[in-house]
Amino acid sequence: MQATPLLEARGIIRRFGHVEALRGADFTVYPGEIVALIGDNGAGKSTLVKILSGADQPTEGEILIDGKPVHLASPQGAREHGIETVYQDLALAPDLDPCANLFLGRELYKPGLLGALKVLDKKEMARQGTVAIKDLGAKIKDPAAPVSDLSGGQRQSVAVVRAAMWAKRVIFMDEPTAALGVVQTQGVLDLIKRVRDKGIAVVLISHNMQQVLEIADRVEVLRLGQRVAQLPAKNNTVETLVAAMTGGTIKEHTS
Amino acid sequence: MNLLKERTAIADTQRSFLRSLLKRPEARIFLVLVLLIAFFAVAAPASFATAPNIRNIAADASVLMILAVGSTFIILTSGIDLSINGVLVFSGVISAKTMTALGGDTAAILLGLLAGLVSGCLWGILNGILVAKARIPALIVTLGTLGMSLGAALLITGGVDEREIPLDLTLNFGSGRIAGVPWLVVVAALVALIGGLVLATTRFGRYTYAAGSNPEALRRSGVSTSRHLIKVYAIAGTLSGLAGFVSLARFATTTLGGHSTDNLQTIAAVVIGGTSLFGGVGTMIGTVIGVFIPAVLQNGFVVLGLQPFWQQVAVGAVLIGAVYVDQLRRRNRDR
Repeated sequence: MQATPLLEARGIIRRFGHVEALRGADFTVYPGEIVALIGDNGAGKSTLVKILSGADQPTEGEILIDGKPVHLASPQGAREHGIETVYQDLALAPDLDPCANLFLGRELYKPGLLGALKVLDKKEMARQGTVAIKDLGAKIKDPAAPVSDLSGGQRQSVAVVRAAMWAKRVIFMDEPTAALGVVQTQGVLDLIKRVRDKGIAVVLISHNMQQVLEIADRVEVLRLGQRVAQLPAKNNTVETLVAAMTGGTIKEHTS
Repeated sequence: MNLLKERTAIADTQRSFLRSLLKRPEARIFLVLVLLIAFFAVAAPASFATAPNIRNIAADASVLMILAVGSTFIILTSGIDLSINGVLVFSGVISAKTMTALGGDTAAILLGLLAGLVSGCLWGILNGILVAKARIPALIVTLGTLGMSLGAALLITGGVDEREIPLDLTLNFGSGRIAGVPWLVVVAALVALIGGLVLATTRFGRYTYAAGSNPEALRRSGVSTSRHLIKVYAIAGTLSGLAGFVSLARFATTTLGGHSTDNLQTIAAVVIGGTSLFGGVGTMIGTVIGVFIPAVLQNGFVVLGLQPFWQQVAVGAVLIGAVYVDQLRRRNRDR
């Protein structure tokens, strides 16, 4: 018997005209785990993630947070429930420094009259930002340089730290290592593990099965708009995952 | 021995400080300005570096300064505003008509100022909505509103300059001074100071940089990028209105035909000052320096008795150089 799911999607249907992208998809995230969401191209991964991060609305189906049904009307709405998303293109402002990016849209202001004039408290943001970066052990060369001066791995780290700073429940990460080299990939994977160890659940969308088995605690497989398997990552092989993705047997592990 | 080491260490930190300073585009352009001033001061010591001449340069630059502050915000969002001179003339005409209609006393002058600011602001909002909501490229939108505002000003006046500007305005404000400093310069300096503070220290400034750097990042942070853009264009429009009023005070006429290259001069000044046409990079202090380079060149050539047309040639060359340096920087960054 497992704990109440942190985030659960039940029977999600999403139609685009006559096309059914999701056909009653289920998805479950438990507290403090890294769960990988895998599936072949067109299986409905992106649509499901968009719906769970508030960027799209389901045609039918329900979403539960801590067992209670919620309506995620917008990314802001999802954020208020403690759900953050790291997009594949990172969504960073390259000319601003890492701390400015960490606080973009959530700036801190000076106290008193200056705060009423929306004067930024850059010192406090730099302090809290540096603490957050250090806490997660992210390596960012120069916290005062514009993000454009950082390497791809460091940029990815800024995006992950930003999500971790504000997420209270779940972070969705869409192919977080797709554009990275071997060393940088390892750095980001370690960072993701540390995010999990801080108690935030991570949903990893990845095509890299080896990576999924290495880092995830659990794997959920989508095929043709439906969940076809829930597998533990431990003692599983790339072959099992591929078989589930491409339509071998349907297995449901709920234990 | 130790002393020597210490001294080299100090020299090293000084050198690296200087180097990091010179990496900033506005520092390089400031050096250019200082060299220009030094050159003209040596070449024409009796006439260039005199109080009246300096006052003259500053007063000449004041209209351009006010326009350039607004354009700095716009160019930082990777936009452009070609309509500023049309809006300037239109607002000047509205302002002049208002003052004349109300009799030309102090209250009429203040209402004239208000009318100019409001009409500038409305043109700015129109620009902003067309750019941010209708998603028409800013170059085209503001080219269109340039023609519309200039045409409307000519329609209102029948193509004849309004010359009935209240004497109070032209004498006390237009040619007036406070503590030896022309009022126009004080106003321009205040606009630049406030604009610089807003840009460097407030949320509005940060969103302006972010909107030019990656509008999608700003949008995904939950900020309405289009609303921010409309505000930026509205501010630039309002400042064009203010520039129209200041121009009335200085020239005592609506100068319908006298501002035809203000938009290009303004953009040149902002870009010379280190603001990137691609948005996201730039400072207000850079813009201030960028405004003074053409102004000093113009004045210097006149003082030296050279043909002032050389100024246009020189400013063109500086402009191309400034954009080339920005391109190099970007190429290095995206490598």
